[in-house]
Amino acid sequence: MNKRIQQNVMIKGTKDGFMLHLDDSCSFSDLLKELEVKLSANYQFQENDPSISVKVHTGNRYLDEKQTKMIKEVIHKKKKLFVDEMISNVLTKDEANRWKDENQVTTVTKVIRSGQVFEVPGDLLLIGDVNPDGTVRAGGSIYVMGQLRGIAHAGYMGNNEAIIAASVMKPAQLRIAGQVNLSPDEYTKWGHDLECAFMDEEENIIIDKLQVLKKYRPNLNRLEGGL
Amino acid sequence: MGEAIVITSGKGGVGKTTTSANLGTSLALLGKKVCLIDTDIGLRNLDVIMGLENRIIYDLVDVVEGRCKIHQALIKDKHFEDLLYLLPAPQNSDKSAVNEEQMKKLISDMKPDYDYILIDCPAGIEQGFRNAIAGADKAIIVTTAERPAVRDADRIIGLLEKEEQIEPPQLIINRIRGHLLHEDEEMDIDGVTDFLKIDLIGVIPDDDQVIVAANKKEPIAYNPDNRVSLAYRNIARRILGESVPLSPIGGEPKGFMSKLKKFFSVR
Repeated sequence: MNKRIQQNVMIKGTKDGFMLHLDDSCSFSDLLKELEVKLSANYQFQENDPSISVKVHTGNRYLDEKQTKMIKEVIHKKKKLFVDEMISNVLTKDEANRWKDENQVTTVTKVIRSGQVFEVPGDLLLIGDVNPDGTVRAGGSIYVMGQLRGIAHAGYMGNNEAIIAASVMKPAQLRIAGQVNLSPDEYTKWGHDLECAFMDEEENIIIDKLQVLKKYRPNLNRLEGGL
Repeated sequence: MGEAIVITSGKGGVGKTTTSANLGTSLALLGKKVCLIDTDIGLRNLDVIMGLENRIIYDLVDVVEGRCKIHQALIKDKHFEDLLYLLPAPQNSDKSAVNEEQMKKLISDMKPDYDYILIDCPAGIEQGFRNAIAGADKAIIVTTAERPAVRDADRIIGLLEKEEQIEPPQLIINRIRGHLLHEDEEMDIDGVTDFLKIDLIGVIPDDDQVIVAANKKEPIAYNPDNRVSLAYRNIARRILGESVPLSPIGGEPKGFMSKLKKFFSVR
């Protein structure tokens, strides 16, 4: 009978550092112990070696903040190692919900009127108008199938990639992430049809025809759906 | 069971009270039993326009605080046998003298006795406004074709949309001046309805006779020959559910009239 000892920590070398695969079926204390033993046994570091980045993959184990910190401490004890990234196959429900909220398009049929503020965590598809003094705010992009005459704030949690597009663009203000673009003093009677606003590399808000979006924001094409 | 309709605008001076008085009168002329309630506590003037100010004994606050019965406070308009009544507001209290629950109760107590209860709302969006809309089933927004008035109407519509017991509001555009429309100086009717995106129930032309009538203490709606009176009577008929086409505002070139007709035929 040759009983193979289960390895809880596996070390794999990759071209940008090495990866620690942590088993997800043993207890956390066993894992921590084995990690310590393994790291001290196998490697002898020289004074002038460069620091090595380590990726940690925890498989299907969920680590809370305290546990993550403990693992990092064990690894950081080896002077030449630093944790580059912690990868896990699992998410908490909260994280998953937030991720879902921030990545989904909310569709509403409504006129956003003077004094109203409408806010969504992800993208907003508004079938209706935004009237003067009305505000729409989205964590992602804003698409208005109607007249945009109020304030639109896309990427309000700091997403520079967000855009604003409207069938009729006559906004009072356009805001993307931290930037504000004030409207010209006068619009032509019908405003500008089918325009969009986005942020360039210098963080200026650019307003242009919809056609240019394909060039600046190729990621907007989401053909594969959610994931 | 009657219907309670609040007449509101947001901005002051666009003609809420005049509209309340004339719609009330027009509905009574059509044989409906109507009660007008003035909720502009402290700045009442519906009683003046109706010519009833000398007959006020009790008022809205007396009723909600139980100092008198509802029928004691109501003033009957002598033009009619038993069709038109006014519940006046007090002049010496302020808007906080009444709360929303009291208004709801008052109006639901009155509804069985009337076909229509028209509530004249004060300007603004504070307590007075909330009192006025508390018991209403329907709302009529009055605006003029000026940007400030339209903006305020937009705000009011937004606030009314949150009140689930009130049906989507309808719009009256007041004091349309034909010559300005023609010269493109004013927002036109299409412009206003396109902006507010609610149903239009009537357009009232601007006419000096309205002021003359107010000074004579008799709403213009009694005068059968006046175009403003006609416009109000038509709105009253639309409230009753008849389909009455919009009458053209006089003095325009043919182009505008056909535009108006076209606009209305789409509805």
